[in-house]
Amino acid sequence: MTATEAAAKPATRSAARRARARLSEGKKAERRLGWLLCAPAAIVMLAVTAYPIAYSVWLSFQRFDLKFPDEREFVGLANYATVLTNGYWWTAFGVTMLITVVTVAVELVLGMGLAWVMFRTVVGRGLVRTAALIPYGIVTVVAAFSWKYAWTPDTGYLASVVGDGAPLTERASSLAIIMLAEIWKTTPFMALLLMAGLALVPEDLLKAASMDGATGWQRFTRVILPVMKPAILVALLFRTLDAFRVFDNIYVLTAGANNTSSVSMLTYNNLMRGLNLGIGSTMSVLIFLAVAIIAFVFVKLFGTAAPGSSEEGKR
Amino acid sequence: MVERWRRRRLAALATAALLAPLAGCGGDDGGVPVINVYYAPEQNFQKVVDDCNQQAQGRYRIAYQVLPRGADDQRVQMVRRLAAEDDGMDVLGLDVTWTPEFASAEWIREWTGEHKEEASRGTLEQPLRSASFEGRLYAAPKNTNTQLLWYRTDLVPEPPKTWDEMIKMSLDLKAQGKPYEIDTMGAQYEGLVVLYNNMVASNGGRILDDEGTEAVFDQKAVDALATLQRFASAGVTNPSFTNTQEDGARLQFQSGSGAFQLNYPFVWPALQEGAPDLKDKVKWARYPGMSDGSPSKVTIGGYNLAVSAYSKHPDEAFEAALCLRSPEHQLFSAINDGVPPTIESLYADPAMDEAYPFKADILAQVKEGANRPLTPAYQNLSTVLAATLSPPAAIEPERDAEALRASIQDALESKGVLP
Repeated sequence: MTATEAAAKPATRSAARRARARLSEGKKAERRLGWLLCAPAAIVMLAVTAYPIAYSVWLSFQRFDLKFPDEREFVGLANYATVLTNGYWWTAFGVTMLITVVTVAVELVLGMGLAWVMFRTVVGRGLVRTAALIPYGIVTVVAAFSWKYAWTPDTGYLASVVGDGAPLTERASSLAIIMLAEIWKTTPFMALLLMAGLALVPEDLLKAASMDGATGWQRFTRVILPVMKPAILVALLFRTLDAFRVFDNIYVLTAGANNTSSVSMLTYNNLMRGLNLGIGSTMSVLIFLAVAIIAFVFVKLFGTAAPGSSEEGKR
Repeated sequence: MVERWRRRRLAALATAALLAPLAGCGGDDGGVPVINVYYAPEQNFQKVVDDCNQQAQGRYRIAYQVLPRGADDQRVQMVRRLAAEDDGMDVLGLDVTWTPEFASAEWIREWTGEHKEEASRGTLEQPLRSASFEGRLYAAPKNTNTQLLWYRTDLVPEPPKTWDEMIKMSLDLKAQGKPYEIDTMGAQYEGLVVLYNNMVASNGGRILDDEGTEAVFDQKAVDALATLQRFASAGVTNPSFTNTQEDGARLQFQSGSGAFQLNYPFVWPALQEGAPDLKDKVKWARYPGMSDGSPSKVTIGGYNLAVSAYSKHPDEAFEAALCLRSPEHQLFSAINDGVPPTIESLYADPAMDEAYPFKADILAQVKEGANRPLTPAYQNLSTVLAATLSPPAAIEPERDAEALRASIQDALESKGVLP
């Protein structure tokens, strides 16, 4: 669009009018074509996401346990009442919130540092960037197993560092280890998104700020952060949504022992192991709602948008 | 019947030979039915399968599909596919605790007539009970299993008969500065439920009523809670007790810190290889009981073979299952893979002596053993029980029993939330 407008400028007025008329016609055709091109993807999306979601909602209104096929019946909101008044659910919800808030906060700080290093490195830039991304490249379950063995007394190298006990047998230390594994794993992802934001900060702006006598900290908080805000919000949104659905690390490290289950872990236990489609679907619908609320808050209240898209719209 | 089959096969072969150049790649449709057996990894099971394929003489061909190693993963894979009415599975290797569940869900076929008779002939009572649901047989017991007490003869001259005795011995050893640990499974999973079930059964207590539909949790089951708590808090366990599963317990004992180990017989061959300095100092005895004079009743484990309700070749599948668990093959698996047979007469076979020096104790324990509560909702019950029992040192018998009566009843009716 910008390109066509720019091309239209030097033309004479009448030519411009003609061009505009032609454009709007072309625009219509373009829009139609756009819809047609989108349609297959939209239909596939509906089939693979909307249908399962609707089916989950439908299942969540039923008493439906695969073990007792004859006892299937419609129970309305009874499953929601069962789950929302259950202690295990709220414990798991608390654990999930704790993990989400702590890991995302720590990842933001560490990720910023790592992004800065990756961005500013002069020597061996490729090597530094590759090395920083290794944890993100390792399969979560594999990494979780190595953490597990590392923290197991007798076989692990980390367990002896912290003393005699077995850290994965107590709640606080288990949660700390789960969060550590999460942070180790996803900080590079955060750093990658933030590095894209750093690249948006114009060098001239920083030079001008230092000419005006801004200290390093002031340049960071007054110039870099505001310019980076869209990138930071997107990074936070992605990570928060991901962190809220934490599963692999818990599944491997503690399997939910000592009240370390997250909501996803609890859902898996009810759905896959308990074969209780009613209760399990209720939980997955609740997780879906929670994730939707998080996304809504980020998009509407903090104004998160795809990086660069808001500026493009203004220009 | 067989004659007719042969003739038909010959005719089919002749036709196939004539048509072969035309068909090119017709596949095996209408040929020998393939029986897919989904079974846990067992090192020499393929040899049993090959042998059965030979005995089948072309009536069917068994394909061994190896399930994941973890019991939960095995169950989840089969359950997911059965829920989708997958007809690609014919024979299913079920842990003894899953049989009622699969039967209630109408995922497996009842065994009747000749097949039933062959599956029950000479089979030990407890394993056979584990394969039954509502008075009907739904699977053929393939192997059983039970935990023994393994102890260090250099530290413990006479093996303890009861839990209290064992805890006291361990504390004495600890006071003398010798290896003292009682190594066993205490993580929040099935193993902890088995540990507790051993105590309840040995004490003569009950968790469910006889129909398996009501949570009873009588006084003797409450006393067992107290014993478990005492054991876990006496300072006689490994520091990792609450995160220990079978192999962890084996490693703890093998590392030399344990005086006692309660575990399955797989620890014996592993000890011979992994701890040569310990192997002559370790002996076995019956699992400890709850009180003097009444021997322990120990939980039985093991696998049953069932035929999927969605199998396209049920007759061949029943035959294949019977072959895989035939006396001759059970003996082979016992000797080569260390899984105890479910047919009593095999224990008298001298061929078992070398691989199974402890066979007499195993047989006695299986004969006088106990099943875990037999109910379709066992998985729920076990999950709830494991969550309440964990960590065992924090058990408060009366309060927990009260909570368990309610949560187990919910679990049985699939009403509550599983932890």
